[in-house]
Amino acid sequence: MASSIRLKTRTNNGVTTVRAIIRHPMETGFRVDNETAEIVPAHYINQVIVKHKDVLIMSCDWSRAISKNPYLSFMFKGAEIGDKLELIWHDNKNNTDSIETLIE
Amino acid sequence: MLRRDVFKVITSGSILLFTGLLKPITAFAKWNKAAFTAADFDEAVTAYFPGHKIQASDQITIGVHPVVENGAVVPVKINSDIPNIESITIFVDKNPNPLIANFDLSPGCIGFISTRIKVQQPSNIVAIVKSDMGVFSKSTFIEVHEGGCG
Repeated sequence: MASSIRLKTRTNNGVTTVRAIIRHPMETGFRVDNETAEIVPAHYINQVIVKHKDVLIMSCDWSRAISKNPYLSFMFKGAEIGDKLELIWHDNKNNTDSIETLIE
Repeated sequence: MLRRDVFKVITSGSILLFTGLLKPITAFAKWNKAAFTAADFDEAVTAYFPGHKIQASDQITIGVHPVVENGAVVPVKINSDIPNIESITIFVDKNPNPLIANFDLSPGCIGFISTRIKVQQPSNIVAIVKSDMGVFSKSTFIEVHEGGCG
């Protein structure tokens, strides 16, 4: 199965910009399904962590008010081209997914 | 209470304690339920930053369009040149749960976060930056034509 995560990096002058898009419904638990007329249960990513060479560099705690198919970008210093970068997410139904990439 | 019942209570208690201790300690440890489920803005802020005095700061900028057609996808960028930032937290004061997201930054990170959030109605977007010098906030109002929490 294709990963739910797209993770990209770009390094300029020692600063690496990380951009991630995660495929996820991010259901609030407020939305009513048009076909069944029933409330769609809450289903959302609540935590995301990013590791550079196995060291935690960024961690997020999210609510259901992050938009569907979440987008995340941040910047950090100290990475070399080719270093390992890993992103892991976890949702309120205990689903999880992760991806590894090499820093560009 | 009979003696064997007392014993039962003690053993079941210790089993719980042991399973708690044996759980692997992961980075996914501390989702602050009280703050994330708070329905009131001040309550959410207090639950997330207990005991902190929060000072308004011009060293934080919130990049967000002042008028939003679709509240389901509102791009937000937070920048701050406050030194030694530990975390950036986003609140939307009029959302059903005002605490939207927290980002813990390691010392190598730049004071920058970009994401997309849902905003139900015209609201203040509030960014709170925590550093070793204290807790600072910046707020900006946005107009929303179609709410994004459905």
